[in-house]
Amino acid sequence: MSGLVARLQFKTRLLAAVVILANVLGNFFLSLGMKAADAGRFLLAALIDPWVLLGIALLTLWLLSRMTLLSWADLSYVLPVTSLGYALTALVGRFLLGEAVSTWRWAGVALIVAGVWLVQRTPIRTTRRRGRSEAA
Amino acid sequence: MKWLLVIVIVMATSIAELLQAHGMKRHGEIHDFHPGALGRVFSRVFRDPRMFLSIICMSVSFFAFLALLRVADLSFAVPATAATYVVETILAALVLKEKVGLRRWAGAALVACGVFLVAL
Repeated sequence: MSGLVARLQFKTRLLAAVVILANVLGNFFLSLGMKAADAGRFLLAALIDPWVLLGIALLTLWLLSRMTLLSWADLSYVLPVTSLGYALTALVGRFLLGEAVSTWRWAGVALIVAGVWLVQRTPIRTTRRRGRSEAA
Repeated sequence: MKWLLVIVIVMATSIAELLQAHGMKRHGEIHDFHPGALGRVFSRVFRDPRMFLSIICMSVSFFAFLALLRVADLSFAVPATAATYVVETILAALVLKEKVGLRRWAGAALVACGVFLVAL
């Protein structure tokens, strides 16, 4: 494996991890904040809740990091690989929030992990290189 | 009505993501991760008409999802939209000309089934 390919793979995995964690944690804090916010109050009041703000900040990071990843990686690569977040959400629900996770959901987690394992063994980029910031 | 909304959501999400991926591909690989450089990249990217269209499609998808939640349960809505994985992979191969081999197809199909089950 050439150094360039190894570098691309490292960069891709690192950023994919950021995309996945920002999504899972963003949704987690958002739901924490929405549940904590007084149900009788206006929905707008939730916008100044610190957990909701943290959630929104993380989801913004999620969007921008995902767009950055798409600047070099295939959509058909990014899409399945970042769906690992669904599996992680089930784990967070089970172990951090103590939610019950059904057998079907565990089966779904296993399928996602298997699918991600398959996809991450395919080339990260299969399209022609182009664009102005290509010089490497 | 339920299924019509599912079709609208799946199509709008897929088109939004396709436009976004197309715009980012066209921009080219981001190498410089300093805040200033990233700021310049995103200010340029967000002026791209593809991003504007992408945001419109995302909004359509979001409001269709809200409408779907009025007529169906969340346990129907989320698994039904797992179809976006399949539609987007097909469009990535056909429109973005990505080479989707057997292994990637198999992986994407497993993920779609997995998301369907997890959301059930």
